[in-house]
Amino acid sequence: MKRSTIDLWVGIFVAIGIACITFLSLKVANLTPQSSDSTYSLYAEFDNIGGLKIKAPVKSSGVVVGRVSNIELDTKRYVAHVTLTLDSRYQFSRDTSAEILTAGLLGEQYVGLTQGGDPDNLKQGDRIALTSSALVLEQLISKFMLSFGEKSDTHSGQNASAAK
Amino acid sequence: MSSEFFIELRNVSFAYGERAVLKNINLRIQRGKLVAIMGGSGSGKTTLLRLLSGQYQAQQGEVIVDGKNVAKMSHGELYAHRRRMGMLFQFGALFTDLSVFDNVAFPIREHTSLPESMVHDLVTMKLNAVGLRGTQDLMPGELSGGMARRVALARAIALDPALMLYDEPFTGLDPISLGVIALLIKKLNQALGTSAVMVTHDVHKSLDIVDHVYFVANGEIIAEGTPEQVRAAPSPWVHQFVYGEADGPVHFAYPVTTSLESDLGLQGGEHV
Amino acid sequence: MFDFLVTPIRNLGHTMINAIWRLGSISHFLFSILIYSGQCLTRFSLVIREIYFAGVQSLIIIIVSGLFVGMVLGLQGYNTLARFGSSEALGALVALSLLRELGPVLAALLFASRSGSAITAEIGLMKTTEQLDAMSVMAVNPIARVVAPRFWAGVLSMPVLAALFNVMGIFGGYLIGVVMIGLDEGTYWSQMHNSVDLHFDVINGLIKSLVFGIAVTLIAVYEGYDATPTAAGVSAATTRTVVTSALVILALDFILTAFMF
Repeated sequence: MKRSTIDLWVGIFVAIGIACITFLSLKVANLTPQSSDSTYSLYAEFDNIGGLKIKAPVKSSGVVVGRVSNIELDTKRYVAHVTLTLDSRYQFSRDTSAEILTAGLLGEQYVGLTQGGDPDNLKQGDRIALTSSALVLEQLISKFMLSFGEKSDTHSGQNASAAK
Repeated sequence: MSSEFFIELRNVSFAYGERAVLKNINLRIQRGKLVAIMGGSGSGKTTLLRLLSGQYQAQQGEVIVDGKNVAKMSHGELYAHRRRMGMLFQFGALFTDLSVFDNVAFPIREHTSLPESMVHDLVTMKLNAVGLRGTQDLMPGELSGGMARRVALARAIALDPALMLYDEPFTGLDPISLGVIALLIKKLNQALGTSAVMVTHDVHKSLDIVDHVYFVANGEIIAEGTPEQVRAAPSPWVHQFVYGEADGPVHFAYPVTTSLESDLGLQGGEHV
Repeated sequence: MFDFLVTPIRNLGHTMINAIWRLGSISHFLFSILIYSGQCLTRFSLVIREIYFAGVQSLIIIIVSGLFVGMVLGLQGYNTLARFGSSEALGALVALSLLRELGPVLAALLFASRSGSAITAEIGLMKTTEQLDAMSVMAVNPIARVVAPRFWAGVLSMPVLAALFNVMGIFGGYLIGVVMIGLDEGTYWSQMHNSVDLHFDVINGLIKSLVFGIAVTLIAVYEGYDATPTAAGVSAATTRTVVTSALVILALDFILTAFMF
């Protein structure tokens, strides 16, 4: 095997390798906002975080603006204390509300931020005052069953009174 | 420090693990002489060769080559020692992934920084010396056994060594190749003035070309002399070896204590 | 009286001591390789030559296997995901499985079988035909000249092959999911994009393949260098390379996964 042919093939080999790694990095993986240096942290408290995990996205209007960086239980008031690390490019007003939403019907949970009208913005370390907990499926179902039960009671009640 | 003797082994002993291979060897080889070391298989002759090249280290005694003790050499000294030495392995040991040219050029390229044009000329001269000029581009797999050994010889003499070591150079060759190799070994020894040690058990070809012979058996030197002395040797062992007799000090039959009759069950006892 | 018990236990002890001795021996060998690797930098053409034989000639098997594994992942993944109504997550499933586990592990196993055994056989044969002896008699260190280039070639080739395996696998999943089954192309890639993290998945996968590359190539060159210089010895060494590599890859995979994920 001539030297030049070997060199050619090894060059192609290495080029393929670099191309694959680049492809995997760009097209397949997402380059997170954390990859940019400037971020700031906000805190939010929820009664129930449902299935929210660390590294879950924080979205506003569906656009990823940050990540959940820490989740702890506040042992004084027994609420979930969640730390959100947001890209410094995005500022939110002081009356922003945070909700735990689900992507799709059975998808991953994320934190959704809805901008408020306050002219002042939240700064590093501020707490988001308006929070809405996650929907827990069991509670939803029991609520549904209860309301269904009530409706059929009133309905049969009406029928009964009408029959009288 | 030049003594009359280029190689001296003084009270050299070597054991492989617990098995003693060489016991108290003493031999001296003069400068420029071609010496054969002969013996049966497992007698320790290849070990002797490896002691000279520094591949094995003698546990006792001194292995002195050109005034320096090989057994006690540092890494750098061993490197310098091997630069002045050439070794021909039994089946050539050519590098199978390199062409004939690259094989012969290998030691030149490794140990000198000569320009490629000079390397080319040197390789051509060495191949010419062994009669294989023109085979540069062949691969070792395309060579016959005799040709491969000649290329290996060209490689071994590439740096004009002061000491040549031959490990069974005649084994497995047809009569013509045998004659060629023997001639080359003799000619090179005379032309380059190298001291050469040849390990072999091919008696007749060796006796034709060497200056001195040592016989090794069971790790000891049991006889030595010039080819004429060896041919006329009184020792029964040497006589058996030189003339290829089937029975003598080295027995024909494997040692057993029972007689043939008892093994066949013909002498009393039970015949199963 | 308890001979039938004693002998297996004695054999077990013997095997264990042997294994530990080999482990020490192989670490010492790695150390020697690293010390004598200087020549690999000054004579890089040696390494390039070995990359050709170890890496380039494995391209076909890696590409084809990667494609098939990706396609199987696509099929099986779709079957299971569809049951939960989450078939749009197929892209993420294929990508994550490959990047984190299947890519590095399978590529390493294939590399060990194809190139690792070839390296062992080559070095073992060089030992049998006294080429290594000839080299040391010519004052050329065989570890520097023969072993180290092959070692570095394997280490450098492995991440490339794993990355290529992953890419082919993702493409195979794409072929099955989008082209054959008819899932939405945009969903395939966007779900993947959302779930795969550069640092966590891609880079960890590359680190894994690098570690596997070191392990597999080290085993291959060691077995070759240590082989008994006979035909049977070289054949046994080649078998040992493949078997030991497989076990070590799987064990290391467990350890690395526990560390990383």
